[in-house]
Parts: sequence; structure tokens; C-alpha cells
Amino acid sequence: MNGIPLLSIMTWAPFVSAIIIMFCARHRPLLVRLTALAGASVSLVASLIVYVAYDKTMAGFQFHEQLALVPSLGINYLLAIDGMSALLALLTSIIIFAGVFASWTVKERGQEFYALLLLLVTGVYGVFVSLDLFVFFLFYEIAVLPMYLLIGIWGSSGFVKPQGIFGKAMGRTGVGTKEYAAMKLTLYLLFGSAFILVGILALYAEAGSHSFSIIALQQVQFDPTVQKWVFLAFYIGFGILAGIWPLHTWSPDGHASAPTAVSMLHAGVLMKLGAYGVVRLGMGMLPDGMAYWAFLVGTIACINIVYGALSAMAQTDLKYVIAYSSVSHMGVVMLGAATMNVVGLNGAVFQMFAHGIMTGLFFALVGLVYEKAHSRAIFSMGGFGTMMPGIATAFTIAGLSSLGLPATAGFIAEFMTFLGAWSSAHPWWLFPGVIGAFLTAVYVLRVTKQIFWSTQSPDPHFAHLPDAQGPEWAALGILTATLVIFGVAPWIAVGTIDTATTPLIATLPKVAGASLGLLR
Amino acid sequence: MMANSGALALIAWLLPIFSFLVLAIVFPFRRLGRPAAWFSTLCAAGAFASAVLAWRIQSVAAHPVHLVWPWLPTAGKTIADVGVLVDAQSTIMLCLVSLVAFLVQFYSVGYLHDEPAPALGRYYAYQSLFAFSMMGLALAPNLLQLFMCWELVGLCSYLLIGFWYQRPSAARAAVKAFWITKAGDVGMLVGIVMLYRLAGTFDITELHSMAASNALPLAGLSIITFCLYLGAMGKSAQFPFHVWLPDAMEGPTPVSALIHAATMVTAGVYLLVRTDWLFALTPNVLLIVAWIGAFTALLAAVLACVQDDIKRVLAYSTVSQLGYMMTAIGAGVASAGFLHLLTHGLFKALLFLGAGAVIHAVGSNDLPNMGGLARRMPQTALVFIIGTLSLAGIPIFGGYVSKEEILGAVWGAHLTGPFLLLMLVAGLTAFYMFRVVFLAFFGTPARVAAVAHAGAGHTTPPRVAHAALHNEAVVEGAHVNETPHAHEPPATMLLPLWVLAVGTMVVGVMSTFHLGGFAAAEAAGETAPGWLTPTAVGVALAGIALAWATYQMRAVNPESLANAFGPIRSAALRKFWIDDIFEGIYSFVLLGFSRIVGWIDRYLVDGVLNLLSDWTVQAGDELRGIQTGKPQDYVYGIGAGVLVLILLMRLVF
Amino acid sequence: MGLEPYLFLSATVFCIGLFGVMTRRNTIGILLGIELMMNAVNINLVAFARYTAMAAGFVFTVFTICITVTEAALGLAIVILLFRVRRTVMADHLDLLKG
Repeated sequence: MNGIPLLSIMTWAPFVSAIIIMFCARHRPLLVRLTALAGASVSLVASLIVYVAYDKTMAGFQFHEQLALVPSLGINYLLAIDGMSALLALLTSIIIFAGVFASWTVKERGQEFYALLLLLVTGVYGVFVSLDLFVFFLFYEIAVLPMYLLIGIWGSSGFVKPQGIFGKAMGRTGVGTKEYAAMKLTLYLLFGSAFILVGILALYAEAGSHSFSIIALQQVQFDPTVQKWVFLAFYIGFGILAGIWPLHTWSPDGHASAPTAVSMLHAGVLMKLGAYGVVRLGMGMLPDGMAYWAFLVGTIACINIVYGALSAMAQTDLKYVIAYSSVSHMGVVMLGAATMNVVGLNGAVFQMFAHGIMTGLFFALVGLVYEKAHSRAIFSMGGFGTMMPGIATAFTIAGLSSLGLPATAGFIAEFMTFLGAWSSAHPWWLFPGVIGAFLTAVYVLRVTKQIFWSTQSPDPHFAHLPDAQGPEWAALGILTATLVIFGVAPWIAVGTIDTATTPLIATLPKVAGASLGLLR
Repeated sequence: MMANSGALALIAWLLPIFSFLVLAIVFPFRRLGRPAAWFSTLCAAGAFASAVLAWRIQSVAAHPVHLVWPWLPTAGKTIADVGVLVDAQSTIMLCLVSLVAFLVQFYSVGYLHDEPAPALGRYYAYQSLFAFSMMGLALAPNLLQLFMCWELVGLCSYLLIGFWYQRPSAARAAVKAFWITKAGDVGMLVGIVMLYRLAGTFDITELHSMAASNALPLAGLSIITFCLYLGAMGKSAQFPFHVWLPDAMEGPTPVSALIHAATMVTAGVYLLVRTDWLFALTPNVLLIVAWIGAFTALLAAVLACVQDDIKRVLAYSTVSQLGYMMTAIGAGVASAGFLHLLTHGLFKALLFLGAGAVIHAVGSNDLPNMGGLARRMPQTALVFIIGTLSLAGIPIFGGYVSKEEILGAVWGAHLTGPFLLLMLVAGLTAFYMFRVVFLAFFGTPARVAAVAHAGAGHTTPPRVAHAALHNEAVVEGAHVNETPHAHEPPATMLLPLWVLAVGTMVVGVMSTFHLGGFAAAEAAGETAPGWLTPTAVGVALAGIALAWATYQMRAVNPESLANAFGPIRSAALRKFWIDDIFEGIYSFVLLGFSRIVGWIDRYLVDGVLNLLSDWTVQAGDELRGIQTGKPQDYVYGIGAGVLVLILLMRLVF
Repeated sequence: MGLEPYLFLSATVFCIGLFGVMTRRNTIGILLGIELMMNAVNINLVAFARYTAMAAGFVFTVFTICITVTEAALGLAIVILLFRVRRTVMADHLDLLKG
């Protein structure tokens, strides 16, 4: 392991394959897919090796790689990984690996699609592994920007009827079209990036040590007022990507319009970038800021959970249901972070992973259903369980994980988050959390029953639908298996997460009213 | 020796999951149907054998065996384990579960012989998963594992109720069952989480010793036990969460026997039995448990009297008996509740499987379509009557002693109100069960025409489901016409019936005459006054007599009996509007509220954003007029700018 | 003579040029106005160079003259091209940049 720059290999493999796709695989669709698959496989293998080889007894950041980029400003290409980012990198690998299979049938401009997708993934990996704020931000933008093209070109438009007091404005902005969704998503996320950039520069200037290194900045004791405002900037900036209420509205439109693999990647991984940013930069470097804003973060997370679940229940478009469920589940992540204790934060990170896999699976399935039935209208479909048992089973498992059924990853995440919430300074956070879990059961099973486990829809269009085929099985199989394995054997993830979260929580100020049993 | 019982319990627990994994992963094998069924049944038999061995060892062992593996590490320590806690209570529960699971799987081979092979494989996969989860629940060493298995049995219940998902009623019943039990489970989850903060552990043994040494803070404990009880209410169908259980009868009858009568629904009772020392610290909650239990028992018994569907009668009777068990726990004598749980598990499984045999033969669930079946299927009739007598609490039959124990316990705890309710229920139970017996097995055979008509009703035996499945014309009529020729079920179905009947009788005889382990159990119930047993048996006999007079001798006109209880009857036919209330909460409160939130999100929260973006675009539209394209205008602009700058420098700086 | 008359002359020429730029509708007229303003600058530069006895002013003047020449050449070329395309050199009609 020593000497092999595994993290760089993992990060740049998709980029290299994107370049190969653009220059060497023109008009050869199969070659495009195989190259993409090769890139994703290299990353998957590298992240698996990193995950397994990560030394849990030693904890802390491992697999360091360093290269000076702009020495005069203290900008370094500094990569390293800890338990939390190792798991999230693994998540990224699994999702992109499955995503390559899930978008096997993309017809139009295949090579550009795959190239952009892989470029985006490079950005995601880069965010998870880089410890230099400058490079971090660079990768962050790489991860965000290709989304505009991916949704704008390969997306699908829906229809939203403008009404209400803002109806006029909505009519003019073109709600529902893919161009609208792409623009909304990009503008929203860039708006967030501005906050993040301000925060990063503020920290750089405040520390005065001419270093962008997260580790170096963690040692600096920032002034509480600075911490307060910079944390808020990070919270808003990253929070937009994590879908915090009320800045979440890009997410349903964006996810609903995006093509399958992009929805998978975006809801599955990119939203986690936001949460990861809040935890890594916000919590890690600004403990007092975190303590100051914890109540706000947790309360908004509670709103997210319940509000997202209720909104999901109201949707009639399958993709919107899943998109809103992401808003609800990201609330669980933020709630876990706001608890400021180890159990809650473990729950939050585990939820990032669990929700990533689950929502990836969901979007893959919705894509498959759409591809076969050419419909996303929930209440026009029915009884698909007989025709597509594989898709139906996978959807049910994803749904069960979503509602937090034991033996799926979702349960572990929610349970630990709830445990953390009840032990935090604001125990009432537990109740919105469990209410959200119940509401999830209602909307998920309602949808599952309507589409799959009910009488056959009389619509002749739905008379003979095929099940998943060929490469699609690979996507479903990998994601479903991951969901169940991590639910049955949570220690393989929690043990690793724990090595990252325990020291992180130790730096936070002690909170009045919290249970000391879990705080350490 | 000790390790042996732990290992045996583990084997019993893991055999079904092995079978499930094989069936789930090796899907070509699952799709074979029958071989998969026999494989699963074999595993269940193995599980039963090792469960019995574990029980034999553990019933004489001095200490429970605690075998755990770390499962959920956090903050450098393990906050939850998985494993088995093998003691007398859990092993006997294990025996009951594995026995009924095995018999039901065996029985299903005959009952579902018309099922297409892939569906049969699916059924057995679910069955195996259920057996695993239920045994895990029984053996759980900590509340977290208990909760997880608790949810998993709920999942299996959902899957098996919705087994014939093409029927709208089954799909709806499955979801309804899941939602209502989930509502209770949410309460239980809250309770467990709260308890962890209070006690710092999930482990039942540790919690027990803490409770025993008064190390548990009492502040807030009532809320915790009430939350745990909420979970038990959902699972064990206590008022007002009982509404899902009758609807759950949409599943195949063997499933009803296993899950919705003998095992899963008793999980709530088992939870309370397992943690009775915790509830003992909160007498106010116990009082609630007792009153709700007694009220549930009465409510369900009344509802059972007006049902025409044989499975629904049994379902309400299950709810009623669960109320009995809960009342006993509420009275503080959990052992009586647990004893009734065990005997009830046997005879209710027997009754359901018997009903399954009847439905199989008649092709309908409806009592009016039956009649005179005792001559056609004497063996079924005999075992069904054994089950009925047990349920009615007649001496030497299975349910007699456990019922007396409960009544004695409730009387002993000075809960006069619940006691009177339970006495009333005892009479009602005997009445409605013998109503079923007389209507189904005696009297005149049903008219063929009426039967053919009922075939299109809401309840459907397996073969009708197939017909619907294959979009054929419902071939029910052809089968139902054979009703007069209804025959004994095949051996695969009869054998489990006899096993359960014999089991019920053995338990009944042994307990009535205080033989074997029951001598010790009896010692606990000595507080009961002497008049109690004759009264209870008398009430039961009166119920039987009334049913006999009404439905057999026709001495009492059923119509006039019904009219005598007119308002109650009509209310009971509407299920006391409780289902409607839940329906209303779902469609108006939940969905209505969600629509409001959805609208707000789309048109207000997102609307504000759209307004901002629209304003930006409009402002740009307005401002671009400045760019005239004329060079002179730009020069004026520059001049004005310079002027402003000069003024600023003069005035401000 | 002192510095003031030169500066006065330069300012006058600059104002004439500015006036031309502002009032002329013909693009060539505007260009000529700009040339005048440039020359005003040149006068200034030369006057100051003489006044302070530093060569830098002369050097700059030479630069400016060069630039003025190229500018005039480029400007006229653009005007001619514009005329070819739009058949007009009136600035009012050349408002392609109008928002």
C-alpha cells in the first residue's frame, strides 16, 4: 500500500476515463460504456482497498498525499482520508459504479454524457479526500457545475401548473422544464458556493498562517464571533446542497428533471457533500460556531424531516416523491450532526451512506420504471409487481430502508440519530424524527402498493412490461445488497465512522442539558 | 450443559434464516415451489426439535444462558449486541413459535396446493423469515434486538397479508396493518431510546438487575413504560389499534393461524411479560394496561358476535383473548398472561387451521354458506370443537386453567371493573364460538345457490385468487357446487390439526389436574376465591347454552335476539366506527395536511424563489434601457460619473 | 511666455474636441473630435516637458502621435466597414448595442 497514491488514483481515474472517452471513443457507444465502467471500477477497487486498509486502531487522517501547488499562498494538493470520508468515498464508488450500469441505455450524445458524469465524480471524490480548503473548493465546483449540462441536455421536462399568489412569476420562469430545473439548481448551488468561498477566505485571513490546510486550521482557536458568522456562512452554503429548508426547492425540480444516473449521483452523493461540508468544515474547525447554531441546525433539520415527508406524500409524480424523501432524509443527517454527540453524529454519517445507497436505488428504479412504462404518474400505474418482480422487490426493499426497517441500513442510521437526539441538549428533536419515520412509512408504502402490489392497471400501455434486463440487474443487485448488508452488519461502517466522529465531538464545547453518557 | 442450550437455541434461531437465505438468493430453487416448500418445512422441523431440546435443558437449569456478539459500536464501546438470552421463558416461547411455524408450514403444503410454483416459493421464503424474526424476538437479549425482530415480524405480516396482492382488499389490509402497527412501534422506539438515556443499556438482564436494585430513576419511567406499551398495543391489537387485525384475515388462513393468532400478535404480550419488573415500577401504567385490556376484550367479543365471516370471528376472538392476557399483566401477574399466551397459541392455531380446512372444503369464509359439516368432515369438526371448548375455558381443555388464573389474578389485584368485564367476555366468548360451531358444523347444510352467490364476496379462498390472477372467469361456482360433497382435508392438513388438538388436550389435562410443571404455576394463583371457578365455568356454559338454544334448537329466534340488542348490534356491524375514524384520520388529516404542505412548498416557498428570479429578470429588462447604443450617451454617462466622484471627494472625504 | 497660455490652448482644443464628440452625429466627425482631444493632450505633454525640462513628455508625445495615427486608421477602417454593411455612418443609426 505504501507509496501507491491510492487516493489520487481513486480521484482521477474517472477523470482520465472521461478524457479517454472524449478523445478515443467517439461514436463507439459500447467502448464509451466500457471505458466509463473501467474508470468507475478502478475507483471502486481503490476506495474498497482504502476502506479495508484504513487502520481503525490508529484513527485520524491516513493515506496522506502532498504536493505544493502555490507555496507562496500555502496552497497544497493535500489528500488524506479518515473514517468518515472513507465511507463516503466508498458510497461514491458504489453509486457511480451502479450509475454507469443504470445509464447504459442513454442514446443521445453518449460520450459527452459519460464524460461529464465522470468529471463530476472526480469532483465528488476530490471533495471527500482533499484536506486543503482551496483544492476542496475547486473540487466542489467541479462537482457542481457539470450538473447544469447534464440536466439541461439529458434531462426530462415535467409539467407544473402555476397557481397561487406567485403564479404569475412562476409562469414566467418556466417551472417544470428541464432548462428551468438545471438553471435553478446551478444558480442555487453557486449562490451557496459564494458563502462557502467567503467562509474559507475569512478563515484563511483570520488564521493568518498562510495555510489552507484543514488540519492546520483545526489547531487555530478562532474568535467566537468569527466562528459564529463563518459557521453560518458554511451552514447556508453547504446547507443549500444538503437541502435544508427553506432552501431545498432546487432539489425536487432538479432531481425530477435529471436523467437517471444524474439523479442517483446527485441525490445519492452530492447532497452528502453539503452535509459533509457542514460536518468537516463547520463542526471540525468552528466548534463554538457549531455550539452557537446547534439549535437552529437541529430545528431546521426537524422541519426538513416532517415537512419533506408531508410534501412527498402530496406528490403524484414518482420522481418528485423520491426527491422530497431526500429532503426529509437529509433532515435526519443534519439532525444527527446537530445533536453534537457521538451517537448522533455516527447516525448522521451512517445516514449519509444509507440514504445515498437507498436514494440511488430509488432513482435507478424510477428510471427503469419510466423507461419501461413511460410514465411517472403514480396513480395511473398499478400492479407492476407481477410483471416486473425484480424491480418491485428492489423498490420495496429501498422503501423499507427508507422508512427505517431493521435489517436495512436506514434503521441503523435513524436509530442512532434518534438516540443522539434524545441525549442532546434539545431532546424534543426526537419526536419530529420519529414522526418523520412514521410519515415515511405512510407515503412509501402507499406508493409501493399503488405501483407494484395492487391490481393491474386497466391501461393497455401497461399490459406487458419487461423486468430489468442485463446490466440493469447489476445496478439493482449491488445497491440492494449494500443496503441489506450494512443493515445487518452495521459495525463494518459504524466502527470506521466512530474513529472520525469521536475525536471530532471531543473538540466541541460541552453542552448544558445533554446526557453525559453519550457525550464523552 | 449450559452452553448446549444456548447453542441449541441458536440453531433453532438460525435454521429458518438459512432457509430464507437459500430461498431468497437461489431463486431458481425458490421458483420450483414444492421442493422449496419442503426444504423450508424441514428447516422449521429442525428448529422445533432443537427448540424443544433447548427447553428441556433450560427448564431445569439454574441460570439463563446469555450468548451475545457486539453489533453496534459507538464512542469506543458497544451500545448494542445481538445474540440469545436463553431462559425458561424464552425457550418455551421458542418451542411454541417453532412448533406452530412448523405445523403451519406443513399444513400450507396442502392448503396452497393450487398456488403457482413461484408464488409458493415466495410464500415459504416469507414464512422462513417470519420464523427467524419471531424466534429472534423471543430470544432477544436486549430491547434493541427485540425491537428489530419486532419490526421484522411486522414486515412479514405485511408481506403475508398482502400475499395475494392482486386483490385490492388484501393490498389495502397489508398496508393498513403495517401502518397501524408502525404507529405503535414509533412509540416503542421512543420508549427504548428514552430508556437508554435513563439506564445506559438495552440489555434486559442488566436492566432487570438495575430495576431489582432500585438503580433505575423513577422519574419519567412511566412515560417510558407507556411508550413501550404503545408498541405492544399496536402489535397485540389493543383498543384502539385493534382495527388492523380483522382486516389482516385477507392473508392465507395458515398465515392467520401463525402470525395473527398464535405468535406475532402475542409479541406485545411477550414484551410486557419480558419486562414485567419494569412495569411493576409504574403501577399507574399497569392500571391503564389492565383497563384497556379488559375493554379491548369486551369490545372484540361484542364485535365477534355479529361477524358472519368465520375468520373474522376468530380474529376478533384473538383480539379479545389478547385483551385477557393484557389485563392479567395489568393486574401484575404476568405469569398468568404468559400461560394464557402459550395455551392460546396452541388452541387458536388449531381453530384457525380448522377454519382453514373448512374454508378449503367449502370454498367460502361465510358462515351462512356452511352447515352440517360435522357429517362431511368429522375429524375437522372434532378438533375444531376441542379448540372451541378450550377457548371457552371448559375444564380439562387447554384454555381452562390459564383463563382461571387470569380471572383470579385480576380479582386478586382488586380490579373489580376489569374483572366484571372479563366475566362478561367469558360468556360472550363461549356464545360466539359455539355460534360458529353450530352454524358451521351442525344444522342444515347450506343452500347451494346462496353459496354460489357468496363466491363473489370480499373473502376469497386460494383458488379464487388464482382465477383473478389469471384473469379468468371466476371458476368458484363450479367448486362451490360441491359444497354438499365437502370432504376431509388431505393428510398434510389433518396431521397438524391433530397434533395441535392433542397438544391442547395434554396441556389442558395436565394443567387441570396440576400435573408436571403446572403444579408450580398453580401455586401463584392461590389467591383466587373458591367461588371463582364455578362462576366462570357457569358463565361459559350459559354462553354455550344460549348459542345452542339459538342456533341449534332454534328455540330462541336469532332475529329477536339480535333485536334485543338492536343499537349495540348495529353499532357493532359498523365496528363502532373505529375503522371509520382511522380512515378519516388517514384521508382527511394525514393526506389533507400533506396536500396543504405540498401546496405551500410548491407555491409559497418555491413561489418566493420564483418571484425573486422573476424580479431579477424584470429588473434587468428595465435597466437595459440605459444602454442606448449611442456613443454620446456614454460620454454623458462618463461625465456624470466623474462629476459624482468629484462631488463625493469634496463632500465625503 | 509662461505655462498658462499653453494649458489654456490645450483646454480649449480639448473642449472643442469634446463638443465635437458629443454633438456630431456623423461617426467621422466623432473620430475627428477624438483626434482633437488627443492633440490637446499632446499640447499639454509638450508644454509640461518644456516647463519641467524632462524628456519623458516628448517621448510620450511621440507615442501618442503614433497611437493617434493607428487609431485614426483603425477607426476609419471600422467606419468604412460599417458603411458597407449598414449603408450609413450616422451614429444614431448604429445602435446595435442598445439594450
